[in-house]
Amino acid sequence: MFGDYSLSDLGAIFAMQGFAGLILFSVYVLMALGLAIIFGQMGVINMAHGEFMILGAYVTWMTSSAFQQYLPALFPGYFFVAMSLAFVASGALGMLVEWALIRHLYKRPLDTLLATWGLSLILQQAYRSVFGAREVGVELPEWMMGSWQATDAIQIPINGMFVMGLTVLITIVVAYVLFWSRWGRQVRAVVQNRVMAGAVGINTEKVDRYTFGLGCGIAGIAGSAFTMIGSTGPTAGQLYIVDTFLVVVFGGAASLVGTIASAFTISQAQSTMEFFLSGSMAKVLTLLAIVAILMMRPQGLFALKVRK
Amino acid sequence: MIINSRFFNRSELIGFVALALLLFVILPLSLDIFRLNLVAKYLTYAFVGIGLVLCWGYGGILSLGQGVFFGLGGYCMAMYLKLEASSVENTKIQSTPGIPDFMDWNQLTQLPFFWKPFHSFPITLIAIMLVPGIFAFIIGAAMFKRRVGGVYFAIITQAIAAIMTILIVGQQGYTGGINGITDLRTLHGWDIRTDHAKFILYFIEVVLLFACIIAAQFIRLTKLGRILVAMREQEDRVRFSGYSVANFKIFAFCAAAIFAAIGGAMFTLEVGFMSPSFVGIVPSIEMVIYTAVGGRMSIFGAVWGSLLVNFAKTSLSESFPQLWLFGLGALFIAVVLAFPNGLSGIWQDYVQPHIDRLLASRKSKPGNGFPVADGAPAE
Repeated sequence: MFGDYSLSDLGAIFAMQGFAGLILFSVYVLMALGLAIIFGQMGVINMAHGEFMILGAYVTWMTSSAFQQYLPALFPGYFFVAMSLAFVASGALGMLVEWALIRHLYKRPLDTLLATWGLSLILQQAYRSVFGAREVGVELPEWMMGSWQATDAIQIPINGMFVMGLTVLITIVVAYVLFWSRWGRQVRAVVQNRVMAGAVGINTEKVDRYTFGLGCGIAGIAGSAFTMIGSTGPTAGQLYIVDTFLVVVFGGAASLVGTIASAFTISQAQSTMEFFLSGSMAKVLTLLAIVAILMMRPQGLFALKVRK
Repeated sequence: MIINSRFFNRSELIGFVALALLLFVILPLSLDIFRLNLVAKYLTYAFVGIGLVLCWGYGGILSLGQGVFFGLGGYCMAMYLKLEASSVENTKIQSTPGIPDFMDWNQLTQLPFFWKPFHSFPITLIAIMLVPGIFAFIIGAAMFKRRVGGVYFAIITQAIAAIMTILIVGQQGYTGGINGITDLRTLHGWDIRTDHAKFILYFIEVVLLFACIIAAQFIRLTKLGRILVAMREQEDRVRFSGYSVANFKIFAFCAAAIFAAIGGAMFTLEVGFMSPSFVGIVPSIEMVIYTAVGGRMSIFGAVWGSLLVNFAKTSLSESFPQLWLFGLGALFIAVVLAFPNGLSGIWQDYVQPHIDRLLASRKSKPGNGFPVADGAPAE
């Protein structure tokens, strides 16, 4: 399959497909970060995670339309407003869902799976009723269009670079919040020993609610970033949910480093193979490889050693 | 009437007779052939449901990939029917006569090797059970031997369902792609499209369904069923008592897969086509909800659940297409939050005591109900 290409062509192909993979990687990381917090830290399977992402995407779309209509002068900067709004909207919905649904199910992880699947169906239909079944696309501001000509053969789109930068930033913030802030310590304490954490005065219910909200909020930001590279439809979230779960499980559920490493591996494998095979076969082979590896190493790539 | 036979206790016997009356007598007499065919279609999911009761309700293994086995069974049957429908005379106009039409459209010039065994009817019947069985064995052996269970098993089976759909859709020339295998005509020379054939197929299906119910009841009542329950409740204790937990799980999973495959094969016969839209993530998880609504601990509940949810689906999506997804979503949430043991649990808790009291006033010893666990046997 490599025979028809010269060496420099191959280099350019790998670089460009590698970069396409990096954009996929960014979306995976942003989605998987939220999921890793919810699944890895709290043990809740949130099948509606994709729908929280899509909520962020719709919020971004609405913000961009509003800016176009009422504040065209500020349009170049709308994205930062949209992102914050997406975080708040998805996070608030997440906290509501935690209060109404999830908190009754902490001891029954398989049941959270079914209940959140039901929630995802409801949200999808709600999006379809409110925004219509057609996919909507966000108009990018001027400075995000175009691409950066690295060499003759390599072109790198600017919006892709922006999304990647954003991913790095958010990852750092999440890592800081979880591992160095007081609140992050509380989250980890509740996860490791709920009763003991309660005994030393941590309000475990409140921590649960905010943790779930944070996870969903990050999904909202993922949705915001997602609008830069693709169009948004009511069922777009469902396309990513299984992939994202595999990313989280493959990386080792409770490990942020593992999540990032596995998102990188999976997205790179998929986008490099996509160039040489058909898109569907690339996906099949990637998923098969992950499932096979998970069968051999069920705890994922980076497992924390814990006593059960 | 035999009361307290060893195989069915009294309330189960009543359930069995009621279901038999409904499916063998009441529905065929009261419905026209179109509606009866719809019922037949719903009942194909009951096969999956019975399997899920064994493997999820009793074994505690939630598989979100039952659609894969349903699809494998269905595709095996569809391949046989398709080969029969694309005989050389029927496909004269193709550039390669004698192969299915979609292969011809995809420039295939000969039949792929894995289609060849499906020229034979006995091999097809064996393959319907064997292919999903072996596939389930491979998945089960790989996962359960390494003690993967619970949530991880659910996610991995879901991924397998996703892989299967993408593969079927992607390999159009071999599988018929997104449209599936359509335009099926005869089964061993017998036209399956006539009303009369549909009527007979319905009865074949109901007989098969009762065979599966009895088989599942048999598994449930033997020591095997008790070990499954013990494993669900305290896996480590069962392991320490010297049982091979993995082998029992593999058995339950394979049995569920084979039940699902029989349902899939009947689906192909009843509906007349098979497509990847019955294989993927969404149909697989819907099959789980049929079981959950009926009651994950009750074999009859699975049948009732499949019938009722599908009936609601058809009637709601006929009149209010928008409402159906809201309804289905609410059903998922309600069944988990409010009644984890489904309809059979409601029957058990609210209706059965009244019946028992009525009967007890005449007889001194009331019969005991289903062995449904209290609370929420979720994991």
